[in-house]
Amino acid sequence: MSFRFDSVSEVRTRLREVDYLSDDGIAGIVYLADRLGKPILVEGPAGTGKTQLAKSVADIIGARLIRLQCYEGLDESKALYEWNYKKQLLRIQATKAEGDDASWEAIEENIFSDDFLLTRPLLEAIRATDPVVLLIDEVDRVEVETEALLLEILSDYQVSIPELGTITAKQIPLVFLTSNNTRELSEALKRRCLFLHIDYPDMEREKEIVLAKVPDITESLADQVARIVRSIRQMELKKSPSVSETLDWARTLLLLGVEKIDAEIATGTSNILLKYQTDIAKAHKEFANEGSAFRKGGPFSQQ
Amino acid sequence: MTDHGEGSDSAGPSASAADDGSVLVASGQPMLALLNGFIAELREAGLPVSLTENLDAMEAVKHIPLEDRAAFKYALAATLVKNHAHWRSFETVFEVYFSMRGRQYALGEDADGELGNDLDDLLAEMEGASGEGDRTGAGGGGGEGMSPEELAEMLFQSLRRGDQAMMRAVARQSVRRYAGMEPGRPVGGTYYLYRTLRNLDLDGVLERLLAQAREEAPEPLTALEERLEADEFNQRVADLKQEIEAEIRRRLVADRGVDAMAKTLRKPLPEDIDFMHASRDEMKLLRQAIYPLTRKLAVRLARKRRHGRKGPLDFRNTVRHSLSYGGVPAEPKFKYPRPAKPEIMVIADISGSVAAFARFTLHLVYAISSQFSKVRAFVFIDGVDEVTRFFEGTEDIVDAIHRVNTEADVVWVDGHSDYGHAFEAFWTRWGKDIGPKTTVLILGDARNNYHASQSWVIKEMRHRARHVFWLNPEPRSYWDTGDSIVGEYATFCDGAFECRNLRQLERFVDHLV
Repeated sequence: MSFRFDSVSEVRTRLREVDYLSDDGIAGIVYLADRLGKPILVEGPAGTGKTQLAKSVADIIGARLIRLQCYEGLDESKALYEWNYKKQLLRIQATKAEGDDASWEAIEENIFSDDFLLTRPLLEAIRATDPVVLLIDEVDRVEVETEALLLEILSDYQVSIPELGTITAKQIPLVFLTSNNTRELSEALKRRCLFLHIDYPDMEREKEIVLAKVPDITESLADQVARIVRSIRQMELKKSPSVSETLDWARTLLLLGVEKIDAEIATGTSNILLKYQTDIAKAHKEFANEGSAFRKGGPFSQQ
Repeated sequence: MTDHGEGSDSAGPSASAADDGSVLVASGQPMLALLNGFIAELREAGLPVSLTENLDAMEAVKHIPLEDRAAFKYALAATLVKNHAHWRSFETVFEVYFSMRGRQYALGEDADGELGNDLDDLLAEMEGASGEGDRTGAGGGGGEGMSPEELAEMLFQSLRRGDQAMMRAVARQSVRRYAGMEPGRPVGGTYYLYRTLRNLDLDGVLERLLAQAREEAPEPLTALEERLEADEFNQRVADLKQEIEAEIRRRLVADRGVDAMAKTLRKPLPEDIDFMHASRDEMKLLRQAIYPLTRKLAVRLARKRRHGRKGPLDFRNTVRHSLSYGGVPAEPKFKYPRPAKPEIMVIADISGSVAAFARFTLHLVYAISSQFSKVRAFVFIDGVDEVTRFFEGTEDIVDAIHRVNTEADVVWVDGHSDYGHAFEAFWTRWGKDIGPKTTVLILGDARNNYHASQSWVIKEMRHRARHVFWLNPEPRSYWDTGDSIVGEYATFCDGAFECRNLRQLERFVDHLV
């Protein structure tokens, strides 16, 4: 079996070429997933590039991205396959109309064949002959029971259809599952995957991301953006700014023609970074405060 | 994440992967045995590592060379750690098992001498750069020649420049000098850490760094700029502390061996951290862990409500729907059980060490307050006060709890716990508010300083309330020892639970709804 990558550093360089800045963890695990033929479960706060990772990997290996967006109430017929029963009915009626007295077995054989099968993302990924990357997005949104649907695919790369038998993958696709961790995923699912936690990037990496993703931004502005965002993330907030929000903010500042961010500009545009009124108020207060107020830390640190 | 720079290139120079999968590391110990010990230790630390995951890890290390320390670590983590909250525990075990083997970790003189020379080079370079150059004798003796002042200056410079290599060298030198480590001495790492940090005066250094930054700036720093500078330096100081901790661990392991130290250095998972004995850093972890926990709990509880079992046949509804089928009850309708949302009254002891526990419980209860029809909170030490008002109209629970701690009127005489008086006062003022829908939660260790227990209040409460539960942050074996009278109160409660960590707290809240 041929592998897609030769080394961890190759993964890293190629991801960088498509403007995805990985770190040791990300590149290492993508490499490992390729070698071991295992799915990757990507977890982390919203907006840290989980979905983007799958897209970028698909991009560098020139594969088609098949995406299954999860939601509450997702079922087999939306995720795996469905029989096209309207077409089946038509077929039966057509057989009658032609006066063809084919035996029941023949008809059954006929209507439960490939022609009447509607493939859904999971089955499509399994049957694909061209290279594919399967992305199962926000897997924590489905119920625990529905998770079981995924297990066969994730461990054996096959789908069992009672009428047709078992369909096995012709090639092992790279599979990414993303989760925002709103609930604990089942042990069975976790066991089958490699686990990758993508956290907010550190300041240096965030700066590089800003530089890579926002064309025309100056080094110094990117640096200021990254530093302010880091400070904001250290506060006790309902929702810390995500990387995508950082990028939006950087773009806004660029459009406004800002060269140096002062407290006034920071508070004026903070609604791009922060989405809750209480968070915004808190940030305003922190930034307006004179020098030393911040070092006291949160109310829990008094012990 | 401390990454031992040297560790990555020299720890396993002779690592070789044989075809049968037995990889050898520098010490000659087969990889398989090493991994087995490692995984056993992970399980000991509380991480749930299954057999499949164990096999995956074995498979994974075949593909990642041991020399690439960072990639190797992530490879193991990806196969073995499936919950990010367990990362810290994993990292400690990893460091003990993999980062500290090999030549440069011996406590021998060569290693230290080498290190000292590095330090001297750095010092010379630093002075060359700053143009002072008035240093006369080279401190040939492995950094020993440096005076404490010089070391302090090195520390300052390394932090100012954010130079990782220099920080590491300074960390090593200061541990050597100040920690006063003696071979075989059965003291944990925290003691050495404390001794080292005490000598370094990091707060003073931080002040100096800020002053320097202020001075260097072309124009006066604005509040925002000052804050950013401070955050940057705080980050660097935190890095330095990590280096120091790593150095202490390294020396401890070198002294007493991997297996002995793995146990001592083991870090509990956030959900297993004891509320009563959490260190400052652990408190921070707990605080971080409680957000996802409340969110998860809320989702789970809401789902439980929505997907509740179907109830008995709803006759009226079925008949009404039968009209559309010409009177045939073709579509039976069922009643959905609507479990009444309980009303919660939390009465919490906020004295001394129990306070942390009370805070977390209040936090949790308020975070999922949508699952209750009403939440009221009371706090006491020897007096009692209602604090519901702090939580109303604010979305910020942290702030509310802060106000509880500072503004609530809970001291009656001397500010030592007096459960008896607090309960009595509570009963007179708010006892009538307890109704048949109310669930009362009492949080505390029931260490009553030998005052009168007034347990009749609890008895009365139970008559009126739906449930009365007692949550005690002490281990069960300590109950009813010394001045603890939890047993006396517990006889009148519907249940008394040990609630020492987030895991137990979560289980209780789940059970409550």
